[in-house]
Amino acid sequence: MKKDVAVIGVGQSSFVRGYEGSIRELAFEAFREAMQDAGITQKDVDASVFCSAPEYDKQRSPAGVLAEYLGLIPQPTFYVESVCSSSSTGVKVGYSMIKSGLHDVVVVLGFQKMSEITSAESQERMGRGADIQWEAPFGTMMPAYYALYAQAYMAKHGLTHDDLMGVRLKSSTYGVINERAVYRKAVKPGDFKQGDPEAKLAGPVAWPLRVGDCCANADGSSCIILADAKKAKSLSKKPVWILGIGAASEAVNMAARPDFTKGLSVGYGAAAEAYRMAGITSKDIKVAEVHDCFTIAEIMAYEGLGFAPAGEGKQLIREKATYKDGKMPVNVDGGLLSKGHPIGATGGSQIRTIVLQLRGEAGPMQVPGGPDIGLVHNIGGVGLYGNVTIFGRG
Amino acid sequence: MGFEKFGRKSFTAVTKTAKFVDFLAEGKVEGTVCKDCGARFFPPRADCAKCFSKSMDWFEMPKKGKLETFTTAYYAPFGFEADPPYTMGVVDFGGGLKLFARLAKEIKPDEIKVGMDVIIRPFKYDDNQLSFEIAKG
Ligand SMILES: [Zn+2]
Repeated sequence: MKKDVAVIGVGQSSFVRGYEGSIRELAFEAFREAMQDAGITQKDVDASVFCSAPEYDKQRSPAGVLAEYLGLIPQPTFYVESVCSSSSTGVKVGYSMIKSGLHDVVVVLGFQKMSEITSAESQERMGRGADIQWEAPFGTMMPAYYALYAQAYMAKHGLTHDDLMGVRLKSSTYGVINERAVYRKAVKPGDFKQGDPEAKLAGPVAWPLRVGDCCANADGSSCIILADAKKAKSLSKKPVWILGIGAASEAVNMAARPDFTKGLSVGYGAAAEAYRMAGITSKDIKVAEVHDCFTIAEIMAYEGLGFAPAGEGKQLIREKATYKDGKMPVNVDGGLLSKGHPIGATGGSQIRTIVLQLRGEAGPMQVPGGPDIGLVHNIGGVGLYGNVTIFGRG
Repeated sequence: MGFEKFGRKSFTAVTKTAKFVDFLAEGKVEGTVCKDCGARFFPPRADCAKCFSKSMDWFEMPKKGKLETFTTAYYAPFGFEADPPYTMGVVDFGGGLKLFARLAKEIKPDEIKVGMDVIIRPFKYDDNQLSFEIAKG
């Protein structure tokens, strides 16, 4: 097993609607937890990387401001962005900084305070993560883009609305028990009943996607502390190693997408690269976090990651194979659908979940059998950026 | 200047492909084709990343294609609140050319199917904004 760069500390704020504080205070919540988890002080940290989607931030160039608030000056700091996968990209950058020998310990902090703008404004900004010159003038937004994939996929592969609901029912099973999740209410099939005014999740957003098929905006922060092998062994009793990192990009405009029935090309590309680097296959993964910004996205992720053959992702939901006790547990922390999706913090939160699972510290969400290898799949935009990171217990 | 007239609401004012809007006013939906290597682009590009040429011609897009996928939006972003519901989709013309646009209002929702024959045509909003739309083939 590759033991070059390890995660030695993880932290996450609660994901909430309307965080009662500023971005620096929000960042502090995840940072404090990760530093206490690692058992280190700021003197041990050589550099920091901050990650968010900047269109939500009123603060220009937040890295310097947050680094000061967290006590991380005068060490070098900067900002990276890949929309919803910003903090996975941050971890890739941190890994590279350590692997190159520039630094030994790097803090990667993802944050997003989405609540400073209205939901419609937020949708417009998210739409601007797609093609603003040629698509936004038609009134696009994130659910509509993913609905284009859902429509073509459902028509070809016989995926049903009940299958999509199945993804949400699974996510809510774990959202209920995740104290950090924004959506903690239990979800039942009746909540999706068409034509029932009491069915809160049934209404169309961008057909075929309904309210219950979409993740919730949230405010939140996440923090991942990375270290080289020497520091990891001296500072940490429970390092979790980065075994593989893959990333890919795709054309922004829908007119340049090759095949809507196949899912996101970046999911396939990033996964292939990460498996190759780790020297493993999908069969070696014991627990995974995938980017379920919409229910359809989780089904497509199963296939991109090789958990199911093309067109057969629905079987994993029908057989409950991706529940905690199933053969391939996925998003057993509630995923983006129930835990919430504070853009810049999401990747770091997914990584935290996998690190806790590999350490056996995931509490009521712990996958049985002592998982030793876990995977994080984190998408930016509508498959504009794809990131897959594989972790292993030492 | 000129590109602010494109679509329901444009987020881009200045682009070297602004002539696209003039073609819409003439009733044509045009893409660009590289004068040096022949690569065709829709949406239009001013520069060819295949051969680094900056010299482009315009060509008229095929009129007939198949609807590859679609969605009906029941909520709209800031600035588009008066429009829902509206349907958007991707048309495949074959030969690597595709296009994204709204579907014409006159098409009934239950008539819209993946794979159906469609045509594209220029479209003018009440406020004279210029666009193009997908209609029944
Ligand atoms: Zn060319």
